[in-house]
Amino acid sequence: MSVRSAPARLSAGMSATTEQAARPLVDLGARRRRDAQRRRINVAVLRVLVAVVFLSSWEILARLGWIDPFFTSQPTAVADKLWYWITQGTELGPLWEQALVTMEEAVGGFIVGSVLGVVFGVALGRNRLLSDVLGPYIKAANAIPRVVLGALFAVSLGLDIKSKIATAAVLVFFVVFFNAFQGVREVDRNLIANARILGAGDRQLTTEILIPSALSWIVASLHTSFGLALVGAVVGELFGATQGLGELIYNAKNLFDIAGVFAGMGLLAAMALVAEALITALEDRLIKWRPPVATETRI
Amino acid sequence: MPSAIELRGVTKRFLTPSGAVFTALRDLDMAVEPGEFCAVVGPTGCGKSTTLALISGLEPPSEGEVDVFGEPVTGIAEGIGYVFQADAVFPWKTVLENVAAGPRYRGASNRDARERARDWISRVGLSGFEDRYPYQLSGGMRKRVALAQSLINNPRILLMDEPFSALDVQTRSLMENELLGLWAASSASVVFVTHDLEEAISLSDRVFVITAGPGTVKSNYKVDLPRPRNVAEIRFEPRFGEIYQEIWNDLRDEVLVSYERQKRTGAA
Repeated sequence: MSVRSAPARLSAGMSATTEQAARPLVDLGARRRRDAQRRRINVAVLRVLVAVVFLSSWEILARLGWIDPFFTSQPTAVADKLWYWITQGTELGPLWEQALVTMEEAVGGFIVGSVLGVVFGVALGRNRLLSDVLGPYIKAANAIPRVVLGALFAVSLGLDIKSKIATAAVLVFFVVFFNAFQGVREVDRNLIANARILGAGDRQLTTEILIPSALSWIVASLHTSFGLALVGAVVGELFGATQGLGELIYNAKNLFDIAGVFAGMGLLAAMALVAEALITALEDRLIKWRPPVATETRI
Repeated sequence: MPSAIELRGVTKRFLTPSGAVFTALRDLDMAVEPGEFCAVVGPTGCGKSTTLALISGLEPPSEGEVDVFGEPVTGIAEGIGYVFQADAVFPWKTVLENVAAGPRYRGASNRDARERARDWISRVGLSGFEDRYPYQLSGGMRKRVALAQSLINNPRILLMDEPFSALDVQTRSLMENELLGLWAASSASVVFVTHDLEEAISLSDRVFVITAGPGTVKSNYKVDLPRPRNVAEIRFEPRFGEIYQEIWNDLRDEVLVSYERQKRTGAA
């Protein structure tokens, strides 16, 4: 909700109470729907406006020479570059192929890291001894700036997709692991007691109580971790690759082609947004048992 | 024939997080006959819930013996139903899945479990709500789900830990009547923990009074009111008043002891 519209909403609310006595109740529902729609339109318009203001001031500043387009490029140049890549292909091959390669690496790392994170998180959350013994090592491993492992993987796993998946998976693993671990630890004791009384064995306790209960934690971590998977894939490509958006950006940088760098960044951002939407859809499916959250905007 | 439940000289101690030993129950004796409806009343913090945990096998006693139908309790006993004070239905399962959980855990096929669940859902008056999630139900409806979830396993013993304390007064007396109906149709023994003496008397055949913690049985009273009862009306019977008076004289001292203690520690 924007601050600016608050007084307007307030006065609308007040006039609604004075008119309520005279008007039938049905109007209230219609008014709420109308208000909601108006707000949606407002938000959409403002969003476009932000993009227009940002891009046009960038363009204008570059054209006026206040900023040096050699270092900052300019939106029209970036758009030209994108168009060139789409129609003529990149120096590494067709553009869609580069996007696909990076997507495969990120999704692969995301899946491997999430699955391992959930498995280890649940196992350590269930087992006190295991978590006490391994706890310090996991914390230590988490403290390493893990992107440097990308260098290691590039050497040991080669320049193909395996090393990128490994880099992405390492980044994703810890986020998901800690959330799954915490989720399992925070399960309501009453629910466990109830399940045991009803006859649940150890395995059923894990699959029917602990994992579903930890799922809202785990899914929440997936939002952050897909971004990290993308980081892992791109960093992996920077350490050595023949294809991918990261490699494309790296090439552009070597040629002082700043428009190319920005174009690559834009593509990565678009990919992340699509993935985010997919994860949100997944979240809605997986935890539909939760009461809907009464937030107006979702970021 | 052995008692349904027998506790002999039971003491239960817990280790508090700070490392001190807390005695919840001390030298407690209690026996419940098959098919009997017993209420356990006592002041706050006297170990009423602990008693249920011991009978169910969720907690082992520190000393003494707990027998269920003549067998010593080791681990979670067969044939026990437990309705918890807080909501303990599974929030990620629909009403149907919640009620079907027990039979499924005990090895029934999915179809069989669902069929029996449907039957129990209609018995607790929730037909038409099979596909709802718990958050979509009212507090009273969630209690019905919890009841059906326990009763579907055909328990010989039903343990209830202040199950209706969170409900409003009207819903509560409705639920109490329904509980009596469901109990009459079964042959289960019930141990019903409550701090509400009126609820205890109107539901049960026998009332145990527990002392202020560490809890032990101070006395037990037979409630000789006729059945079937209507919970909302039975409290107007003269005999009800007499029984209430008698038990309250006993309970009052314990409540006062507990209250004084709480005031001293600043908990009240």
